[in-house]
Amino acid sequence: MNTLPADSIGIVETKTAHFDTPLQLACGRSLERYELVYETYGTLNEQRTNAVLICHALTGNHHAAGWHEGDKKPGWWDAYIGPGKSIDTNRFFVISLNNLGGCDGSTGPTSINPDTGRIWGPDFPLMTVHDWVESQARLADHLGITHFAAVVGGSLGGMQAIQWSLSYPERVSHTAAIATTPKLTAQNIAFNEVARQAIRSDPDFRDGWYSEHQTLPRRGLRLARMVGHITYLSELAMGNKFGRDVRNELNFGYGIEFEVESYLRYQGKNFSDRFDANTYLLMTKALDYFDPAGEADGDLAQALTPAQSRFLVVSFTTDWRFAPSRSRELVDALVLAGKRVSYANIDSSYGHDAFLLPHPRYEAVLGGFLRQAGDTLGLAASTTAEEASS
Amino acid sequence: MTTLRRDLALIYDWVPPHSRILDLACGEGDLLDHLARHKDVTGYGLEIDHQGINACIARGVDVIEQNIDDGLSNFPADSFDLVVMTEALQALERPDFALNEMLRVARECIITFPNFAYWRHRLHLGLKGRMPVSSSLPHAWYDTPNIHLSTFKDFARLCEDNGYTIVDQVIGRGDSWRGVGRWRNLLGETAIFRVKR
Repeated sequence: MNTLPADSIGIVETKTAHFDTPLQLACGRSLERYELVYETYGTLNEQRTNAVLICHALTGNHHAAGWHEGDKKPGWWDAYIGPGKSIDTNRFFVISLNNLGGCDGSTGPTSINPDTGRIWGPDFPLMTVHDWVESQARLADHLGITHFAAVVGGSLGGMQAIQWSLSYPERVSHTAAIATTPKLTAQNIAFNEVARQAIRSDPDFRDGWYSEHQTLPRRGLRLARMVGHITYLSELAMGNKFGRDVRNELNFGYGIEFEVESYLRYQGKNFSDRFDANTYLLMTKALDYFDPAGEADGDLAQALTPAQSRFLVVSFTTDWRFAPSRSRELVDALVLAGKRVSYANIDSSYGHDAFLLPHPRYEAVLGGFLRQAGDTLGLAASTTAEEASS
Repeated sequence: MTTLRRDLALIYDWVPPHSRILDLACGEGDLLDHLARHKDVTGYGLEIDHQGINACIARGVDVIEQNIDDGLSNFPADSFDLVVMTEALQALERPDFALNEMLRVARECIITFPNFAYWRHRLHLGLKGRMPVSSSLPHAWYDTPNIHLSTFKDFARLCEDNGYTIVDQVIGRGDSWRGVGRWRNLLGETAIFRVKR
């Protein structure tokens, strides 16, 4: 990483916010004090009206864009956040955080529990999307932001964006819910449960106290990631990428024979090296629990009534984890509730993962929605990267 | 209304202020944008053309990517005051189903489509013996999206058979539109119909 691309936000730094007002959680417990790590891109305007919140997905974190010193690749949504990009940092002040319960710096299972002096481990309370939104609202307060121009998220992040529009309708003027769903299906929950069982049945899991036993449930994490990864890709994408390609030759054994096996094992190993098992368990439960309609007797339109923001719903044609039909459910309920909503179904062969990948139409749709948001809010129009730096 | 295409301007005039409408095949959202700005009209456009959808989103017109051929079952009965459909009826798999759906979700609809019985088309077919190609029907027979061509009389019959009433219509094309006379099925190239159930 010697020269950064011209449309990169550049080198970014991670900040930490400390909170010592207890946070009441949906599970009935509360967090007395906690930390959230976050990054910001762009400049907050004087009126503080140009803030955009990015909510991350299952295994995402605060490092959404730009580069850290020594990075081999930029933040996870760098294709969409930066000067002149869909989420234009010349115009918006973008905030991205690591959610509570995460393992990338915010308080979570790998942090020390101040009550016991030992790490939280499996004792860390289970989180819900609602809890995350509460903690994010406190981060916004901490940064002096009372109102978001937009809250944007994909997958589990999309759920947080939806929840924001319901928990704090007066604080959000635009909501972009991408590759997401108003609730998980039985099949979604089933896949999550397989992943959880893979981790929990690993002898090295030690009921979640693996770090105290100086072990790591690597096999479980690997399996969980392998299963997860299959659901992130489409059959088409896997077929295109690997087909039935064989590494060397078939040798009638259980070593790696097909390329797809090699790929999944590689993904699993990478993941088990970087991600905390307790965090993974907790994040998948948050997915399972999300169901705003559940609080309105299953009536999603009724549940969406409080929302005041304009919505953009985006799905991807080959996404079978949160299929286009799930986005349609959300759109139809928003229409029924009389909300302002636009919906685009993006042609992509990449399955659920498509929401992270560059795509001209997806960029145009998200960029157009946010540009319009900026215009509606009277935000200064974007300057080009050259103008901004000169 | 100088920026609105003439046929859309006529439709614009027929849409009551403050109404909630559904615009089927809304294109880049010209009509909805004008109605929202000047008549406080709310609603959604339906479109499948990507350029059209992207343009709607970028200008703040609410648009939903949805194929009319898949029906409107996601919209409850009487959930809109008015449904508009310009130049799309003839391209649908089942125009009759679409008409029924439109008049289910709203009490009234406005529809425009080309008249296959227009005298030039008749002349083309009658004298040349070939499928008509004109400004309103610009495609060759093999690549046309217009798979269900009809005449004004045919459409009137469809409405009658289903118990719908045509309450208003104008004929013309381009910038020239007028009320209908008795030779409308011969002289009208396209028409704007206002139909109630």
